Amino acid sequence: MAVTQSIEQGSGGSGSRRLDLRNLAATWSTSAIFVVLVIAASLISPDFLGIRNIGNVLRQSAGTGIIAMGMLLVILTGGIDLSVGSVAALGSILCASLLSSMPLAAAVPLSLLAGGALGALAGYFVAVRRMPSFVVTLAVMTIARGSALIVSKGHPIFIGDNGAWLGDGFNRGSLLGIPLPVLLTLLVFAATAFVLRLTAYGRLVVAIGSNGEAVRLSGVRVMPRIFSVYVVSGMLSALAGIVITARTGVGSPVVGIGMELDVIAAVVIGGASLMGGRGTALNTLIGVLTLGVIGNIMNLLNVPGYHQEVVKGVIILVAVLLQSSFWPRRA
Amino acid sequence: MTTLSATVATNTVPAAAGPDAGPDAGPHAAGREAVGVEMRNISKLFGGIRALDDVSFSVRPGEVHALLGENGAGKSTLMKVLAGAHQASTGEIRIGGQPVSIPSPHASRALGIGIIYQEMALAPELSVAENIFLGELPPLVSRRRLQERAAVLLRDLGFALDPAALVGSLPLAFQQAVEIAKAMSRQVRILILDEPTAVLAPPEVERLLNVVKTLSRRGVSVVYISHRLDEIFRIADQITVLKDGRTVGTYPVAGMDEHRLISLMVGREASQLFPKLSRTRGAELLRVEGLHAAGLVRDVSLSLHAGEVLGIAGLIGSGRTELARALFGAEPAEKGRILVEGRPVSIRTPRQGLAAGIGLVPEDRKGQGLVLAMPIRQNATLTTLKRFTNPFGVIRRAAERRAVDALARRTTIRARDLGLPVSSLSGGNQQKVVLAKWLDAGCRIVILDEPTRGVDVGARAEIYGLIEQLAANGLGVIVISSDLLEVIGASDRIVVMSGGRISGSLEREEFSEARIMQLALRSAAHVGAPQGGGAANAPEER
Repeated sequence: MAVTQSIEQGSGGSGSRRLDLRNLAATWSTSAIFVVLVIAASLISPDFLGIRNIGNVLRQSAGTGIIAMGMLLVILTGGIDLSVGSVAALGSILCASLLSSMPLAAAVPLSLLAGGALGALAGYFVAVRRMPSFVVTLAVMTIARGSALIVSKGHPIFIGDNGAWLGDGFNRGSLLGIPLPVLLTLLVFAATAFVLRLTAYGRLVVAIGSNGEAVRLSGVRVMPRIFSVYVVSGMLSALAGIVITARTGVGSPVVGIGMELDVIAAVVIGGASLMGGRGTALNTLIGVLTLGVIGNIMNLLNVPGYHQEVVKGVIILVAVLLQSSFWPRRA
Repeated sequence: MTTLSATVATNTVPAAAGPDAGPDAGPHAAGREAVGVEMRNISKLFGGIRALDDVSFSVRPGEVHALLGENGAGKSTLMKVLAGAHQASTGEIRIGGQPVSIPSPHASRALGIGIIYQEMALAPELSVAENIFLGELPPLVSRRRLQERAAVLLRDLGFALDPAALVGSLPLAFQQAVEIAKAMSRQVRILILDEPTAVLAPPEVERLLNVVKTLSRRGVSVVYISHRLDEIFRIADQITVLKDGRTVGTYPVAGMDEHRLISLMVGREASQLFPKLSRTRGAELLRVEGLHAAGLVRDVSLSLHAGEVLGIAGLIGSGRTELARALFGAEPAEKGRILVEGRPVSIRTPRQGLAAGIGLVPEDRKGQGLVLAMPIRQNATLTTLKRFTNPFGVIRRAAERRAVDALARRTTIRARDLGLPVSSLSGGNQQKVVLAKWLDAGCRIVILDEPTRGVDVGARAEIYGLIEQLAANGLGVIVISSDLLEVIGASDRIVVMSGGRISGSLEREEFSEARIMQLALRSAAHVGAPQGGGAANAPEER
């Protein structure tokens, strides 16, 4: 008797309504957390909502934001890319040193290509040799960092005359009031959102992360898609490295140390599942901004740097906890 | 862990166990009297499905009692009730005459019940001794003492096993022996073996049967589940046959023969589940010659015609699924030729299988057939996505929507909204989605592996109707099933597999459950195993 009753309940109306609620929570909890944070920030510090401060938050989030879109693709397939910070450093150094001998229009594409090549290296071992992405990208991380240090001999490199536009035109410039680095980030975000929502490639990336075997048994080649997300992640990391170089005016081999963790945190705050198959570009962007705002408030409140790290960690835990408690438990 | 076991492995076992190893290492039931088990009027409901219906089953003290039945007859469910993994919905269990309740595996163990499942639950990186006493390791493990206790226990059971050896390095039969030793270390009085020989080679089977005999002589009551009738005739005292969750009866082994046993297991009425359409057998679509695959399928040849439904029967582990996967390219074949419409094709990936016009509805619907979290619509077009994209890879959603609407009508998928996750559907409707994936994919040959597992009767009839429809449209269909009624009802011709080979082929007028079962149970030796030369049997990895 008891058994039949509970079954009827399970398949009946209440079950599906609960499902909708869960979906709702999953879709909106990231945004809700962000909105609460922004309101809290504006109450705590009157400076927060100032145009200049907002602009700063956005500019500082540009690098993380660009890399986060590549990371999202990798995480959607069920992988992880630990090499992003180091590849950004290599992109930064490569671009700065190439600028001494060639124009911007050549140095930037070459740097992006180098990032893509490192991504291809990781992609090859993950997709073709089927090694765990964690280990592979850990190796690529040290390879990239080492290469950046070799190329730069451990010293920062000024971007020089060929790269003057990076520092002035790009970094200080704006379109319709939006700083160009921020605009670039939004462009990368829009492209990612478009690919994930509307293209066959995006749908298959999500499907592979959700159940790769079912995709393979549908006659779809899984390997090239997994390979490609690492290439994209590598290129976007190099791009972020160049954006950071534009902001500081120097290419530096120590750019992006620990950045991979910030990016992963942003993607996870955005509600993506590290198991793959779940996550959206919009929520990832909000995750990036959430991290940016947290850092900003603490700066405004003059919280010392060491304390900031602790607070950030706690807030990441709370944000992810809020999301996961809404999710249905798998039997 | 690894370092620990590595050190253990280098220790030598003392020739004789120390005197202190004696009393608490008592490995057998000596001193504890043999007890019987009585299960009375046991019913078990899973949702609306009655897995066990008023089953009564009793084992007398110290006997070996075989439990027989087709796949899905309820044997394992009944034993899981005894092991505390499932709770009976109604019914009574008595052990040694005392009524007991078994709410958990722990309670089952406390009653002296040990169960050994087909899939072993050992830690491969630990030593034999550590595995045996895994559940009761003291906080400070003295390896030496542990190994001494294990040595005594193993010697007592007659196993020539080194207690220091790593379990992962042992052959399967020895691992099985470790499982048994593990059960016996807890003074088990009732031992349940669920298809213990399914993964074993003949000499290993021999060893295991001897162990079972020894145990029963010592007063352990044994429940033995197996599909291999010859084993049962050799070791069992009594046989209970289950069918569709009910007891058919309990019989002494003396006076029982194979034919009678098979007819008891399968005898059933056909039902009206199988609609028949008029269709004509056309040209040969698929021809397979001497196919070897997955270290299990050996030298399989068959042919399939347009408008024909070919059934493939056989026990679990007979190589049916591996054959299907090789034909589709889910796992490349090792040897042999596949011809589609007379042309030899190379099928090494599912993509090549699809290109050759073959579709597979895999046996594991949730793990291999569907992306559960994705909408129904997106699952249905996973095979045909290219058709719905513009040159830039953007999906034309309206076209996709129209196509899936049509597919859903054809396959009678009942869904509130095709945009909902496919996980929101019932098993039957989920299976229709998997089938729908192949309908528009241009397949000439569709292979269905266990098409109605976990599907209710209503949806079953609809799936059979779809199979019939496919064949009537001139496709070739292969239906693989453990359900004999299903293979018989749906097929025009049946091929039976046993031990990776085809053990027989039956035309419609020869169909009978008993005949199929006979062919399925034919041991590998009868099916023309390699004569002489002793070609090594590849280990059957699952």
